[in-house]
Amino acid sequence: MKMPEYVIIGNSAAAIGAIEAIRKKDKEAGITLISDEPYHTYSRPLITYFLANKVTWQQMLYRPKGFYRQNKIETKLGQKVTKIEAKKKEVVLENGEKISFNKLLIATGGKPFIPPIKGLDKKGVFTFTTFDDAKKTQKFLPEVKKAVVLGGGLIGLKLAEALAQKWIEVTVVELADRVLSLILDEAASQLVELVFIENKVKFITGQSVKEIIGNEKVKGVILDNGDKISCELVIIAIGVIPRTKLAQEAGIRVDRGIIVDEFQKTNVKDIYAAGDVTEAYDLILKTHRPIPILPNAYLQGQVAGLNMAGKSATYPGSLSMNSVTFFGYPVISVGLTSLTAESSDNGFQVLTKKKFAQRIYRKLVLKDDCVQGFISAGNVDRSGIITNLIKEKVKVSKFKKKLIEEPLGLIVLPKNLREKFLKLGS
Amino acid sequence: MKRIVPKEEVCIGCRLCEIYCLVEHSKSRDIIKAFLKEIPRSLPMVTVEEKEATSFALQCRHCEDAPCVAACITGAMYKATNGTIQNDKERCIGCWTCILVCPYGAIERDEREKKIASKCDFCPNLETPACVANCPNEALTLIKVK
Ligand SMILES: Cc1cc2nc3c(=O)[nH]c(=O)nc-3n(C[C@H](O)[C@H](O)[C@H](O)COP(=O)(O)OP(=O)(O)OC[C@H]3O[C@@H](n4cnc5c(N)ncnc54)[C@H](O)[C@@H]3O)c2cc1C
Repeated sequence: MKMPEYVIIGNSAAAIGAIEAIRKKDKEAGITLISDEPYHTYSRPLITYFLANKVTWQQMLYRPKGFYRQNKIETKLGQKVTKIEAKKKEVVLENGEKISFNKLLIATGGKPFIPPIKGLDKKGVFTFTTFDDAKKTQKFLPEVKKAVVLGGGLIGLKLAEALAQKWIEVTVVELADRVLSLILDEAASQLVELVFIENKVKFITGQSVKEIIGNEKVKGVILDNGDKISCELVIIAIGVIPRTKLAQEAGIRVDRGIIVDEFQKTNVKDIYAAGDVTEAYDLILKTHRPIPILPNAYLQGQVAGLNMAGKSATYPGSLSMNSVTFFGYPVISVGLTSLTAESSDNGFQVLTKKKFAQRIYRKLVLKDDCVQGFISAGNVDRSGIITNLIKEKVKVSKFKKKLIEEPLGLIVLPKNLREKFLKLGS
Repeated sequence: MKRIVPKEEVCIGCRLCEIYCLVEHSKSRDIIKAFLKEIPRSLPMVTVEEKEATSFALQCRHCEDAPCVAACITGAMYKATNGTIQNDKERCIGCWTCILVCPYGAIERDEREKKIASKCDFCPNLETPACVANCPNEALTLIKVK
């Protein structure tokens, strides 16, 4: 076989971002894509929707069916890369096959973090990050009346929503004192909890699962405080961690995730990395850390792809940002959000607008007249206007109060700014 | 590729663009039927923003490097071969990540049936988009880019 110019490990957002970027610059050179998942590229966040029978497999495809053919991609799906030979510039597959590359992208994403709990080996314990996980769990559901979801983060809550929609009694166990504590403040967490409680989902906060009990099959869990919850299904959704093993063994610099520069290059020549497997530069906190969200994975993949194809492009850094709905209730969180008005020292300013009866909440965190983060709950319309102000580091002192009012619009911006954003006159 | 450019100096805030947009995207494409008979009524994909004496109409800018396409978690938002940004309603789940990243606030929530993102589609069946064609004061104009 002819040596492909580009080899990509991974078949998700970062990989697709890279392919689409490479093909903008280089229509012909060989691209080989390898993934240990045996499927066409699919939208990972949709696996909970699949579990709830809200989408079919066809609707989960992240790109249309002919994508690989149209982009002239040679795929090796259902095949795991076991080794990267950085010096020889080749990757080794599980079946022993070796594939040489000129440029390599590692887009291996994340894997579920599994805490050391007794009883993990029982039937009825699952993690939930892949389509296979969703299928396995779905198959198991007929045996389930009650479920415990371990972790009250985004994945845990999306799972709890899906299970509740399947009429399963769900209890979410979360170690922090509230759900979504990493992306929301107390007020917004409360609003989200309310929606879940109305949909019969229970929360136990400030607790973790110490042990999963049962014989062969799960019968329940025991919490740190000794309380017992009976259930037939336990899903561990505490978080994902970068899947860095391959890179590490190949001598690539890894901290919590693969370390890349602004070109998405690793420290090893011709090897790039993008997506959940990397550490991104956090534009607000100004440090490097994994920010495992899909938009960033795609954009990093895009930057990696452009550079691999010889066009210099830089990744400016990531905003931690999420938009998610629970039982139809929308919440958006960007950047620094959990600062409270009371604790707003060090030059931070907090503006909030609460209409709890209507379940509407907006919060803006500012420093040096620039927005550092915001939350919109209940009404997220046109939130991107604020996201953009954060990205563009716009001084907002003159109109900041209007940013927490409804309705939000470009009209609250000064005319010159609005014209600049709309690129009028240019 | 063409772009729609708003001109706030001459916008009179009449909202005819919204009305003609709604009609163009209704089933009947008949203004009376669209407003009286079609339930749920279709949504305008252009919004008039108004404050005191200022008003302008805004719809999707059909960005070259569209943040909504990059951010879309399902692949529903895509760049069509004619350069416009389109939303495949079959694959949209209404997570509003597009709303989170659109710097213009040009994407609407369509809460009617499936909770899907609704945005300007550049009127694929028309030579000139309905909002531009029906603006009485040329406050929406069509320009050629590239
Ligand atoms: C349930 C759930 C809900 C989510 N909801 C949201 C959301 O609402 N918004 C949001 O922004 N993000 C969400 N995310 C996160 C989002 O899915 C990820 O950020 C995104 O998928 C990251 O893409 P990636 O390409 O970096 O990696 P991944 O999607 O993790 O893909 C990694 C790929 O690498 C392959 N791979 C790994 N190791 C090997 C190997 N050794 N050999 C071969 N192939 C390998 C895998 O098969 C896979 O194809 C959610 C995630 C989950 C699980």
